[in-house]
This record gives sequence, structure tokens and C-alpha cells, in this order.
Amino acid sequence: MDEQYTEMVKDHFFNPRNVGEIKDADGVGTVGNPICGDVMTIYIKVKDEIIIDIKFKTFGCAAAIATSSILTGMAKGKMLDEALKITRDDVANELGGLPAIKLHCSNLAADALREAIKDYRKKNKR
Amino acid sequence: MERIYMDYGASTPVDKEVIEEMMPYFDKFYGNPSSIHSFGREAFDAVEESRKKIADIICANEDEMVFTSGGTESDNLAIKGIAFRNKKKRGSKGTHIITSAIEHPGVLTTCKYMEKIGFNVKYLPVDKHGLIDIKELEDAISKDTFLITIMFANNEIGTIEPMEKIGKIAKEHDVIFHTDAVQAVGKVPIDVNKLNIDLLALSSHKIYGPKGAGALYVRNGVKLQTIVHGGGLEKGLRSSTYNTPGVVGLGKACELGKIRIKKDMVYLKNLRDMLIKDILKIEESYLNGHPEKRLVNNAHFRFTAIEGESLNLMLDGKGIAAATGSACSSKKLQASHVLLAIGLKPEEAHGSLRLTLGRMNTKEDVEYVVEVLPEIVQNLRNMSPLWNR
Repeated sequence: MDEQYTEMVKDHFFNPRNVGEIKDADGVGTVGNPICGDVMTIYIKVKDEIIIDIKFKTFGCAAAIATSSILTGMAKGKMLDEALKITRDDVANELGGLPAIKLHCSNLAADALREAIKDYRKKNKR
Repeated sequence: MERIYMDYGASTPVDKEVIEEMMPYFDKFYGNPSSIHSFGREAFDAVEESRKKIADIICANEDEMVFTSGGTESDNLAIKGIAFRNKKKRGSKGTHIITSAIEHPGVLTTCKYMEKIGFNVKYLPVDKHGLIDIKELEDAISKDTFLITIMFANNEIGTIEPMEKIGKIAKEHDVIFHTDAVQAVGKVPIDVNKLNIDLLALSSHKIYGPKGAGALYVRNGVKLQTIVHGGGLEKGLRSSTYNTPGVVGLGKACELGKIRIKKDMVYLKNLRDMLIKDILKIEESYLNGHPEKRLVNNAHFRFTAIEGESLNLMLDGKGIAAATGSACSSKKLQASHVLLAIGLKPEEAHGSLRLTLGRMNTKEDVEYVVEVLPEIVQNLRNMSPLWNR
């Protein structure tokens, strides 16, 4: 039944990890569109190319919230180059799968993270 | 965990009295009502007795009721039946249908299909409360118009359309008037003669009857082309062996509905108004639909900066069953056509919540919902990048 949310999705939806903003974030990435029903912002704190803190804010369905939550856990402590390799599929797999209909519209967290890293690198060009 | 059901607009539990009435028709009176022997006759009698009860809830005659599998089939039979019949008989007067932009898919999708096969359909817009404009309806009628199909009450936002005025205009212009009354039956007193309704779709499972049963009222003298060919039941209008337990269940549900409607209306309206009053205390919450002309059991809201599927799942986590018009919860990932038609932006339509009450709901249920909801809305807003307060 890939129409239903997995237990893992529900767990991350009902108990999302790393919700919030980082006021002095080193990088911020926002993707999505309120018209489509999903907007997510990822905040990162970076030290020596490592993501030392990460938080998210998401407007959207349960899949959007759960993917944001699990992604923050996957990225925390990773080197930026490693974090950039996280794909949408990785996020969905980590959650034990997503309903087919949600795979594309709501699974934007990896994109938001890439935007945040891009933002960080832009600000820290030497 | 205690569970609270507030999705009676989606379906209702079958009333215990209805179940009791149905039971013998599974294994005791199982004959085919069309058979000539005693087994058939006792089933036939039950079917005909039920027909009277069903007709009675809309003040129709028993010989004006056609049994179907539910609201959607009734809508299909009404629209296609009249269209196919008219095209044959009436020549050019028989190409134009008028409906509204907020119909249930049973009507809306059928109308889209009619367009594909060569009919012209006018989709009347609605105002911000979901009401059609009577003047606009009258202006839309042309010499080719043969059918007006406008719902009695909207299934999402609960708005009750001006049936009496529509019926009057239809009659004046000699146009057939069909209404999908699936949500209205049992919650609004209906007299098809007073309202000049020619065709009316009703469904059993919205009025505490079993799923898979419904009926179409067909005014005496209105001729339809069948869409289910077969053995010729229901005056040739709808073949397929009678679903005796379903018909008996629908009959009993209508009988109870007729008896209880006054009490139900007062009771539900009271609970509904409690819900509306308390939920609107939440910051940036809005009522969708008409403030007065709405179903007694329907409360429909939207909340800024949150999404309806998440809201419904959070409520489900607290044991509360509700519904939403959010795109994210639909199979097509499109915002509700009803919410867009009343002028909401897609991002506004996302944050919608439908609570539909029923006989089994109590004041305590309402109190629990209004206690739990503000916190859930706040939690989701705290998570939302669109909520900057």
C-alpha cells in the first residue's frame, strides 16, 4: 500500500526534529511555492565545511514536514560536499518510502538544503 | 484513545433501526423481487413499501422514484437520461445545459463528458458565499437550453442554493430542473412540487442508511433515456436486480429522516454554531460558505499559513475525523474547485477544514474539538515559514 504514509513518516510528522529558525544562520535556502501547497526553508550553521547545526520551517502536507525533519537529521554533522550528494530518493528511502503521488511535489527538502549550501558558499567566497 | 467522528458529510453510520429492518432481507426474504413466486412477492412488497417511504421524504409520489446505486448514478441517469432523450425528441432544443461551478463531481464530471460528446454547458459562477446569481441563471437560458442542474446544498461548504427561485425560472422557461440533493435530504425539508424540481438525486449512506443505495426522483411526465440497459426494471429506466436490503435500508432511513428532521435540524444547528463561534476565535481563521444559508451540520474553515492535510492528520492523531479541500489530500493534487470558485487563492484553499456533524455527535465532542484545534493550528503555524508572527 504505497498510498499510505509509513510509520516512519508519521513519526517524523507528529514529532518533527530540528524545527525552527537559526537567527544567525550561515546559509538559508527556501524552495517551493505556496500555490502548490509546499514551502520549506532550511537554515544551516557551518564550521570547517561541516554542518554543525540545521533547522527547518515547512508549510505543507505531512510528507513535506516529514521529509524536512528526516533530512535535517541526515545532513547534520556532514561535510558540505557530502550533504550536497543527498538526493530526493535518499530522503524518501530513509522514510521507508512515500506515496507515489507525493514523491515529487512534497519531497523538496534535499533541494532546500542545496539552496542553503549554495547561499553559504556565495556569502563565503574568498 | 477516544475517537470523534465529524465527517458525516462523507458518510454516516447506519442507524441501528435501519440495520434491524434490513437484516431479514439477506437470508429470510431473499427472493428476487421480480419473481412470480411467494419468495419474490414478499421481497417485492418490501421494495414497494420502501419506495413510498423514500418518495415521502421529498413529498413525491411513489411511482416517481427510481432506485439506483447512489447519488452519482442518480446524477448520471438524470443528466444523460434527459439529454439523450431530448436530443432525439426535441431537435435543436436539446443542446444546452446550465449547471454551477461548484457541483459535486457526480454532476460536474458528467457535464464535462456531455461537452465532449457535443453538448454545450454553461457553468454558472458563484459569489464568495457559494451562491449562484438568479439573474445570471435566467440570462444564461437560451432557446437551446433543456436542462438546469444545480445542487441543493454544496457538499464542501454547505451553502444552500435558492431552489425555489431556480425552480420557478426553470418552469417559466420550460426547462427541466435537476438537483443533486445528496447533502440536503434529511437536513432541509424538501417538497419537490413546491420547488418545481423535476429530477432529484439522493443517497442512502448520507442519511444513516447503507452504502450502495440511492434513488432518482423523476417527475411524472418527464421522460428519460436509460443508461443501464437490461431486463427492463424501473419502467425500463434502470435494469439490474433490486438490491432489496439496500432499498429497504434506504426506505427505513428516509422514514426515520422524515420523523426526525425537525429535531435533527435544531440539534445540529446548535452544535454547528458552537463550533463556528469557538473556532473563529483562532487568529486568522475564516468561515467558508454562507453565514446563514448553510446546512445545519456543516462548518467549514480556513486557517492562514497552514495546510489542510497536515491539519487533518494532526486532528486524526487526536482521534478527530474531519475533511479538507486541500490539494495535497486530493488524488489530483488540485485545490478544491469549490474553494477556488468562491474566490479563494490556491494558497488559501490549502488551509481548509471541513467539520460535518451528525446525530451521534454531542456537545462534549464539540468541546473537545474546540479545545484541541487551536493548539494544533498553532503548532503547524510555528512550523510554517509563511507564519511570521
